[in-house]
Amino acid sequence: MDLQTTIYLGVGASFALYIGIAIWARAGSTSEFYAAGGSVPPVINGMATAADWMSAASFISMAGLIANMGYGGGLFLMGWTGGYVLLAMLLAPYLRKFGKFTVPQFIGDRYYSKTASLVAVLCLLTASLTYIIGQMTGVGVAFSRFLGVSSATGIYVGQGIVFLYAVFGGMKGITYTQVAQYLVLIAAYIIPAIFISLQLTGNPIPQLGLGSNLVGHDVSLLATLDKVVTDLGFGKYTTSLPGSTLNMFVYTLSLMIGTAGLPHVIMRFFTVPTVKDARSSAGWALVFIALLYTTAPAVAAMAKTNLIRTITPGVVMQGSDPYAADSQIKFDERPDWMKRWEKTGLLKFADKNGDGRIQFYNDKSKNPEFVKKAEAAGWKGNELEVNADIIVLANPEIALLPNWVIALVAAGGLAAALSTAAGLLMAISSSVSHDLIKGIFVPDISEKNELLAGKISMAVAIVVAGYLGLNPPGFAAGTVALAFGIAASSLFPAIMMGIFSKKMNKEGAIAGMLSGLFVTLFYVFAHKGIFFIKGTEYLPTIGGANAFFGITPEAFGAVGALVNFIVAFLVDKVTAEPPEHIQHMVESVRTPRGSKLVNGAH
Amino acid sequence: MNDKIMDEKSKAYWSATLGLLTKIMLAWTFVTFGCGILLADILNTIHLGGYPLGFWFAQQGAIYIYIALIFIYAKKMGDIDIKFDVHE
Repeated sequence: MDLQTTIYLGVGASFALYIGIAIWARAGSTSEFYAAGGSVPPVINGMATAADWMSAASFISMAGLIANMGYGGGLFLMGWTGGYVLLAMLLAPYLRKFGKFTVPQFIGDRYYSKTASLVAVLCLLTASLTYIIGQMTGVGVAFSRFLGVSSATGIYVGQGIVFLYAVFGGMKGITYTQVAQYLVLIAAYIIPAIFISLQLTGNPIPQLGLGSNLVGHDVSLLATLDKVVTDLGFGKYTTSLPGSTLNMFVYTLSLMIGTAGLPHVIMRFFTVPTVKDARSSAGWALVFIALLYTTAPAVAAMAKTNLIRTITPGVVMQGSDPYAADSQIKFDERPDWMKRWEKTGLLKFADKNGDGRIQFYNDKSKNPEFVKKAEAAGWKGNELEVNADIIVLANPEIALLPNWVIALVAAGGLAAALSTAAGLLMAISSSVSHDLIKGIFVPDISEKNELLAGKISMAVAIVVAGYLGLNPPGFAAGTVALAFGIAASSLFPAIMMGIFSKKMNKEGAIAGMLSGLFVTLFYVFAHKGIFFIKGTEYLPTIGGANAFFGITPEAFGAVGALVNFIVAFLVDKVTAEPPEHIQHMVESVRTPRGSKLVNGAH
Repeated sequence: MNDKIMDEKSKAYWSATLGLLTKIMLAWTFVTFGCGILLADILNTIHLGGYPLGFWFAQQGAIYIYIALIFIYAKKMGDIDIKFDVHE
């Protein structure tokens, strides 16, 4: 069977499975629609959370970025897992005890104010929409290659499918669909990694393979990679750090706080039966996430090794001279996978020195020794551009794995993007229909109309995200990182202070959320354009790119969170204490006894 | 039971909770920002198989330790709940 048919079959079968599950588990009531009736066991919930959590950014984009960044890529690995420790200890059990459907509902009740709830809805919508743009970018990349259509058409197809099962299934349907999606995506990630690890190191476990010697050598894979990439003018793989140590520090922290502040993740902890389950469920989620996250660095380093082996055969395994005239392959003899990816426009070759061979190296290197060698070899600039978002999808092709593995990876990438998009749409839909319409504007809305409003807001969100996804502000993982910054700077501090400070009042919380959100958006929009619309950047206003101590916009969330805490604290000091019954409520949220199933009624 | 005893009991429960939380947070901070970032260069002089240790922490080790931290927290928190008789 040819590759294209195998891919259609694999992707088609996985979609049929998801839609089948969504129909089987469709929601009957609002409680089932938003919180799956509070009946999901912790291990299953952990698996669904993992699928919800691991998006196109984790699956498609992250390993490619790590391959480019080397050691510095660890910020994604630590940032996107370490946040679960915060979530398990600081938020999940208490929000479960509180027992409502949504984050804005908690903020509204705790800060005894509809304005606070409205501000929380605003923060939630901004973060979730930015996040979905990243997913749509990933869906576009996956479909454009695997269905042989343009990236734009890929996005339209993805929109339709997400809409179908998010709207019909609700939270209960989504939860069980996500369990299936987790299984598909983790198999799709790990199976090729095992093959590749075996090929390169003889060790089938990628996590150990990355720390092993190359087949037939007594030098470790990482040491060889360090040498080879340094020869090509890149930074040493195991220590290279794009940007400063401060930026890595702040970036990691932003992703961690953002994890704990993202509403679609927090919502998952409303679906477990007890407070105790909420704590362990976060641990289970991280176990399932770690399976992919500890494999990713192996995928990254091995993909980089294989890419260099493809372009300069002999350099990695036989230690031949990378500068020799015949060490690079001829463009006409390039492997088929390169031809396939060239069609998507995500892999480009330009023969700058006209020798018909591919030179792949860092032409921005400042190392004088390397520059001299490159000049002596007659290199006139890097000739191969590989988009970071294609590394994982192209990985099995680069390693020449069988067709069914390539089809599996296609299905896995789509599962990752679609499951997260569905979870985000749930968060958006519940905050619009439940918090905005029922909570503020039309309190006596019927249950049926509330569900209808939720479904309409999902449809609107899909259209907006798809539109912005056509012109994404960066790689899938970078865009998603922005969403984390927004969640970190606005929602996390307000929720945390709501639990850990009895005296925090509504004025403090509202001022904190607004200033955290505003500062972060101001810095992000300066770099990426107002609401990510190209051409509206205003970098000179803030004094150039990364003007604030060299911190990139993706890493700015931690600074925004700090602003949020400080403003909230100062405003709280000069305004009235919260009423007595609120302080009692905070006390009761702190103890597990008396938790009941989540209930949407006010 | 009168309110005062209740009040003191819940204060003690909360301070036990915060004590556990502080310990876990310290370990979390040390692993991430210490071993994974600030001390990475020093740790890289030590090797774990083919891994330089600082690199290993940033790309592997920290994640394993986070999982352990959450389960330790969940277990100890369960013990505290029972000790103060506030479990479900």
